[in-house]
Amino acid sequence: MRVNFTVNGRQQEADDVWEGESLLYVLRERMGLPGSKNACEQGECGSCTVRLDGVPVCSCLVAAGQVEGREVTTVEGLADYARQREEHGGCASGACGTSLQEAQQWRANPAKGATDSQTGEVGGGNPAAALSPIQQAFIDAGAVQCGFCTPGLLIAADEMLERNPQPTDADIREALSGNLCRCTGYEKILDAVRLAAARQDRQGLQEGAV
Amino acid sequence: MDFLRPASWEEALAAKAEHPTAVPIAGGTDVMVEINFDHRRPEYLLDLNRIGELREWEVGADTVRLGASVPYTQIMENLRAELPGLALASHTVASPQIRNRGGVGGNLGTASPAGDAHPALLAADCEVEAESVRGSRLIPIDAFYTGVKRNALAPDELIRAVHIKKADGPQQYSKVGTRNAMVIAVCAFGIALHPETRTVRTGIGSAAPTPIRAKAAEEFLNAALDEGGFWDSKKIITPSIAKQFAELASGAANPIDDVRGTASYRRHAVGIMARRTLGWTWESYRGKGRSTEGVA
Repeated sequence: MRVNFTVNGRQQEADDVWEGESLLYVLRERMGLPGSKNACEQGECGSCTVRLDGVPVCSCLVAAGQVEGREVTTVEGLADYARQREEHGGCASGACGTSLQEAQQWRANPAKGATDSQTGEVGGGNPAAALSPIQQAFIDAGAVQCGFCTPGLLIAADEMLERNPQPTDADIREALSGNLCRCTGYEKILDAVRLAAARQDRQGLQEGAV
Repeated sequence: MDFLRPASWEEALAAKAEHPTAVPIAGGTDVMVEINFDHRRPEYLLDLNRIGELREWEVGADTVRLGASVPYTQIMENLRAELPGLALASHTVASPQIRNRGGVGGNLGTASPAGDAHPALLAADCEVEAESVRGSRLIPIDAFYTGVKRNALAPDELIRAVHIKKADGPQQYSKVGTRNAMVIAVCAFGIALHPETRTVRTGIGSAAPTPIRAKAAEEFLNAALDEGGFWDSKKIITPSIAKQFAELASGAANPIDDVRGTASYRRHAVGIMARRTLGWTWESYRGKGRSTEGVA
């Protein structure tokens, strides 16, 4: 069957989709977007978390046919999604978004002056590929080790901060309770979310003062 | 496999009548796992996501008509006053991602003894609104669970809503698992005080082939509270009454040994949860106990 839906703000079409296929499979294998990770396939690990009409869901538990006409945001579109939210309070349909090609080629482009810990490259600060605040906070707090759980955690954490800009530790733990990480012991992930919240708060205060 | 996408409830009923083997899918929590793991290859999947009224609820004078697909997140956020037991149970369902999509209709449709909503539904008392092209009927919750993962639905019926009695007194819910999130219940217990009828109802999960009520425990407690004048005096429940209630609840359980726990542990834990939740609700009834905010 054919499925038409919006991925990261752009209209997409998937063909020859098997009726029992998951949204996760369509994203990874048919759209070339491997950011959403495939691990447990039973909703236990949260690695495949995406936003479906704005709501965080496990894409492995969404049948592809169920997304017909709906909007999906994946980690590849998170930076743009966060920027649109910051600048316009959301995305006017069709006016923004991440094309499939951009999304497929997406790679972290750290903020201007920041040094990539792996390559030693200094970020050029290309605004079109800048990291979202939550992504930057994960890097700065050392919340990424193997990185497998990171996309799901980023989506879940970003959505929580959108809803709840000043979360308590209990709020953070609850919001991330559906995402498993087997490397970090979670402490640095919690640090990253606290850092993103504090930066968001500070930015809000500065804007309020102007 | 065929993917049926009815745009309205009437279309869904027509599709189910034409294809009684069609497997309804809403939140996908159970169905997608079975498909992902190749445990099930239904001939037809019947998607219910496009039917908006399944995600709506109406608060009436005595009952809440809860649409089958109202996500657990919405129950927690919007129906805590009317359905405190179910709101607590909803909070123990899996993770935020799952609660954002799953609803009570899925728990009822799957009818697993481990479904988190069942003990709360049994304790509150409710009727399941089942509909087919032949008509609509209300199935009392006590007659709904017919066997392990079996329910009273006819092959052409779909669950439209659940009519749940609004709380007329404190309700509580307790669940045993190895962590707070992402846990299938080892066992669970729901209790609801009904001061209007001066009765107590219970629900036990994961400790029998189906979700069950601890009827002997209820009958004992109803008589003991009545005889002792507890509903009027609001005095502390005598430890011996609470102990007897717990033992009878434990005796109602008919569990098995499995990977999550042994039968004897489950029997023991059901008794503990019965005593504790009775204490919590009774303290609340006396006006001094914990509220249903933030627990479970």
